[in-house]
Amino acid sequence: MVLTQLSYDMAHLIGAGVLMAGFQLLYQRRLFAVLNTFAFQALALAAAAAWQAHIQNAPHLYVTAGIALVFKAMIVPFALHWLVERLGIHKTVETAMSIGWTMIAGVALVALSILLVLPVTANAAALTRESLAMAMSVVLLGLLMMITRHNAVTQVVGFMALENGLILAAVSAKGMPLVVEISVAFSVLVAMTLFGIFFFRIRERFETLDLNDLETYRGDRQ
Amino acid sequence: MTPVIWQLVQIFLVVGLAPAVTGWVRLVKSRLQGRIGASPLQPYRDIYRLLQKEAVVAHSASWVFRAAPYVTFSAVWLAAAIIPAFTTDLVLVPAADLIALVALLGVARFWTALAGMDVGTAFGGIGASREMMIASLAEPAMLMVTFSLSLITGTTAPAQIIGFVLSGGVGIEVSMGLALAALVMVSIAENGRIPIDNPATHLELTMVHEAMVLEYSGRHLALMEGAGMVRLTLYMALIGSIFAPWGIALPGAGAVGLTIGLGAFLAKCFVLATVLAVFETVIAKMRVFRYADFLGGALLLGLLATIFIYVSEAV
Repeated sequence: MVLTQLSYDMAHLIGAGVLMAGFQLLYQRRLFAVLNTFAFQALALAAAAAWQAHIQNAPHLYVTAGIALVFKAMIVPFALHWLVERLGIHKTVETAMSIGWTMIAGVALVALSILLVLPVTANAAALTRESLAMAMSVVLLGLLMMITRHNAVTQVVGFMALENGLILAAVSAKGMPLVVEISVAFSVLVAMTLFGIFFFRIRERFETLDLNDLETYRGDRQ
Repeated sequence: MTPVIWQLVQIFLVVGLAPAVTGWVRLVKSRLQGRIGASPLQPYRDIYRLLQKEAVVAHSASWVFRAAPYVTFSAVWLAAAIIPAFTTDLVLVPAADLIALVALLGVARFWTALAGMDVGTAFGGIGASREMMIASLAEPAMLMVTFSLSLITGTTAPAQIIGFVLSGGVGIEVSMGLALAALVMVSIAENGRIPIDNPATHLELTMVHEAMVLEYSGRHLALMEGAGMVRLTLYMALIGSIFAPWGIALPGAGAVGLTIGLGAFLAKCFVLATVLAVFETVIAKMRVFRYADFLGGALLLGLLATIFIYVSEAV
C-alpha cells in the first residue's frame, strides 16, 4: 500500500491515543481505574501495530499486534485484577504526589522527548520521526509513573506502560525482527509473574504494599 | 440581503432549539436511569410557566440582581448568534472570533456570579466562589484550544476555520484530536454538567450554578435557565462546526446547500446531546477539590496540541 498522507495521520492519531492513555495513567488514583486504563493503552498499542502492519505491508507486525492484544490487553490486566483482589487492596487511593504537578512534569517530558528525537532523526522518514517522539514520551511517562507512585502494583503498571512505549517505537521503525518482539513480550510476562510472587512476599513480610514503608528498613538510615 | 436573513434565522434558531436540546438530554438520561421522563418539549413549557409568574426580588437585592438575567441572557445569545452553525454566509461573521466568544461567555459568567453574591445569602456566595474557581481554570484551557486552532488554520475566526477545514487544508491531525478533547472537557465544565456540576441537583453541598440562581423566580429565572440552555447549544454548535464542519453551507451555496446545512446542524445537536446524556449517566460527580486536576488536564491537552503542531511542521 502506498504511504499516503492519510496513513501517516492515522498512525499518528493511534500513537497519540497510546500517549493519551499514558497521561490517563498518571491521572488515575484508584487501582482498578489504573488497570483499566492500562488495558486501554495496550488495546491502542495493538491497533497501532496492526495499522503499521497494514501500511508497511509487514505481516509479522500483525503477530505483534496479536501479542499486544492477548497478553497486554487481556492476560496482564486480568492477572493484576485478580492479584489486587486477592491482596485485598482494591480500595487503595493513592495520593503520592499532586496530580497536577505530575501532569505538568508529564507534559515537560513530552516536550523533552520531542526536542530530543527531532534533531537526532533529521534524516529519517516522517512517519518514523513523529511516532518515535510519541513512543519516547510514552517510555518517559512510564518512568515518571514508577517514580511518583508508592504502591507496588501501580509501579508495575508503570513498568508495563514503559514497555508499551518500547513496542510502539519498535513497530514504527521498519525492519524490527519478530524474534525481538516475542522475547520482549515473554520477558514481560515472566516479569509480571515474578512481581506477583513478590507482591505476596512483600506483604507477608511488611504487611503493606506501600514501598515508602520499606524505606525504614534500609541500612543507611540512622 | 440573504446574509441578513440567514443571520436572523441563526439568531432565532439557537434560541428556539436550545430548550429542545436540553429536553432531549433530560429524556435520554431518564430513560437510561429507568424512568419514563418528561417529553423533550417540557423545557418550553417550564419557561412559559416561569414567564407567566410574578418575579419575587429580595429586599436586600440591588439593581445588579435585576439587571443580571438580561445581561447574561443577551451575552450568551449574542455569542450563540455569531457561531456559523449551518452556514458561514452570515452578517456577523466578520465579528465572530473565538476570543470574542470567550469574552462574551466571560461577561455572562461574571454577571451571574455578581447576582449570586448580590442578595447576600450563603448559597449565592459559595456558588459564585466555585463558579469563579472553575472559570479561572477553564478559560486558560479554552484559550489554549483557540491558540492551537489558530496555529493550524492561521485564524481565530470560526468561519475561516470552517472554510480551511472544508477545503481539505487539514488532514486527520493529532493536534486537532487533542484540541477536541480539551474543548469537550472545557464545555463540560462551562455548562455545569456531570462530573463538574450536576444540573439537576439542589443539594447544598454540591451545587454550583444552581446555587447562584437560587434566589431568582419568574421571568428572571426563565432568562437564567434559558441562558444555560442556549450556552449548551452554543457549545454543541461550536464543537460541531469546528471539528465536524461537514454539511455547513459556504457562501454561494443554494437553497439545497442551506437545507443540508440546517439538517446537518440538527443531526449534530441530536448526536452530541445523546452522547452527553450517555456520558453523564455512566460517570460519577467529582469532588470539588478535583476540579483543578480535571481542568488542568484540559489545559495540558491544549498545550500538547500546540506542541504537536510544531512536531508536524518540523516534519
